[in-house]
Amino acid sequence: MGRRAGAPEVNAGSMADIAFLLLIFFLVTTTIETDAGLDRMLPPIEPPETDVIIKQKNIFQVSINKNGQLLADEELTDLKDLREKAMAFLDNNGDGSCNYCKGKRNSESSDNPEKAIISLKNDRETKYSTYITVQNELVGAYNDLRNRESMRLYNRKFVELEADYLNPETDSDTKEELKEKVQKIQKLFPQKLSEAETSSSN
Amino acid sequence: MSKFAKKKDGELPAVSTASLPDIVFMLLFFFMTVTVMKDSSLKVENTLPNASEIKKLEKKDRVIYIYVGKPTPEFASKFGSEPKIQLNDKFAGPSEVGDYILMERAKKSQDLQNVLTTALKVDKNANMGLISDIKQELREVNALKVNYTTYDGDAFNNLQ
Repeated sequence: MGRRAGAPEVNAGSMADIAFLLLIFFLVTTTIETDAGLDRMLPPIEPPETDVIIKQKNIFQVSINKNGQLLADEELTDLKDLREKAMAFLDNNGDGSCNYCKGKRNSESSDNPEKAIISLKNDRETKYSTYITVQNELVGAYNDLRNRESMRLYNRKFVELEADYLNPETDSDTKEELKEKVQKIQKLFPQKLSEAETSSSN
Repeated sequence: MSKFAKKKDGELPAVSTASLPDIVFMLLFFFMTVTVMKDSSLKVENTLPNASEIKKLEKKDRVIYIYVGKPTPEFASKFGSEPKIQLNDKFAGPSEVGDYILMERAKKSQDLQNVLTTALKVDKNANMGLISDIKQELREVNALKVNYTTYDGDAFNNLQ
């Protein structure tokens, strides 16, 4: 006789449990991680139209051999000293045209940060980890100098300014303001890091 | 006056839990939409080196990944123990990198095609020869923005 009253209602009480189960599954599998690393630009493949003559003293040559040894400006250098050497080179201000530099004004070293170029050369058998360490130190040298100028001008570190500028959550007004600052600092110490093609080991 | 009869004291009505499933479903849908399932499983060893001067890779939709490293033990018998390139789910030679980049670029929407970054996830024991080949390929297809993906840490730890 119970049938006559129509189908009994399905109990929806366990719906929440099922949904919770699914929720927990997705919670566990979600990875909200962002990768980080060293940003670099590769040189375009077509050679520049005009041949620019670069003075030898404006080039800071860094070579890594297959054993991970480092030759910086024709001297065997320890990796730990590379950053300092690169900074001294960039900050040298040989021709005196750079009024914010604090370098030694050595006439044998770079004219000004605008002209200073760091050239990185590596062997085919160089280990990747060594290469990254060298890259890190060279980028670090630029960042340290930029931080110094940024602290002087805006009382904030350049890396913080840039991180804020690149952060998608920053609103567009602040972004516009940061862009100007970032570009100004980048102009003070333009990152000129060239990577030559690799040499073979023999 | 019976319409507005006073409630009897001391009898709190039970909180309705009928909307609980709705709330949970809402959360569920949120996580379902933000979840990014890993689209390729790693077939190579991938211990990244450390670096301190790193920048975050924002916006995952603008990144193309290239993995390099020794094949993992289960693939080592087939592919040897020399570092290899992994593109999506397959092992590949350096010459295939260019085509892969062009293919991935074509998949992205028009306005993103010019701002793509190539993330190189390279095992720290790989040799630069292979990386140089990849870099050369990238230059040929004009994918100049690269990111050497690393862990955050002291770069000198790499040397040990």
